[in-house]
Amino acid sequence: MDLGGIPLTYYLVLSAALFTMGALGVLIRRNALIIFMSVELMLNSANLAFVAFARSFELTTGQPVFTGQLFVFFVMTVAAAEVAVGLALIVAIFRTKHSIDVDQMSSLKG
Amino acid sequence: MDFTLILFFILAVTAIATALGLLVSRNAVYAALYLVLNFACVAVFYLLLGAPFIAMAQVTVYAGAIMVLFLFVIMLLGAEKLPKGEVLPWQRPLAVGAAALLLAEAGTLLIQRFQSAAILTDPGAVENTMDILRAMSGQLFTDYLLPFEVTSILLLVAMVGAIVLTQKEKGAQG
Repeated sequence: MDLGGIPLTYYLVLSAALFTMGALGVLIRRNALIIFMSVELMLNSANLAFVAFARSFELTTGQPVFTGQLFVFFVMTVAAAEVAVGLALIVAIFRTKHSIDVDQMSSLKG
Repeated sequence: MDFTLILFFILAVTAIATALGLLVSRNAVYAALYLVLNFACVAVFYLLLGAPFIAMAQVTVYAGAIMVLFLFVIMLLGAEKLPKGEVLPWQRPLAVGAAALLLAEAGTLLIQRFQSAAILTDPGAVENTMDILRAMSGQLFTDYLLPFEVTSILLLVAMVGAIVLTQKEKGAQG
């Protein structure tokens, strides 16, 4: 059954829109946890563009190519490591400042 | 208007709506749940793009493990909401303007560059998922063996780092 298809451009525009929202979240929110979630959103939109290009390349060459998908796999692993360390940092900051408002994290010591 | 395109638009609207929900929600728990739904939508996009392994990894690693960690920390700190008050009143309009500029720029570039780009058909039931997985893991453990091992060391370092960062100071007598 032929299900038709979706132009590559649609995926790229969606990925750009999600990335912009992630960037906007980093800029306008003050809650460190939500800023962190916005970073995850940006990583995810980049992954979507990667997989879309990988599919496009696969259809062009006519045989399965996994380079793009494997790169996304590595990005996910790095994101998991980043989240573990980042959340540990946020917990450590909360212990000293009793707040996760980024506006209050303006001094280097104390 | 075929089936795949309708599915794409429904999922795209959901993904963008949940991303907006993440941006505007006051409560961090709601923001995390919006993000889970967003990750689920992206996982379906991965299935449409013929990447079943990445889709499952997205659901288990992102929507499962990472977001559970986020929710755990939000509830551990009890930091769902921040008190109101702006330190930099000009920052928000400036940020919205800059983001609109970024979106316009990226959109124009993408539409200009990829106007005649390929139509991505989804594999449907034509391709055997097990064959895809076998070929993909073969490539992962031969061509990409070194990055794979480096990743394992990175995860170990992250684990040790997280433990060191969160452990309580013992004081002078240590």
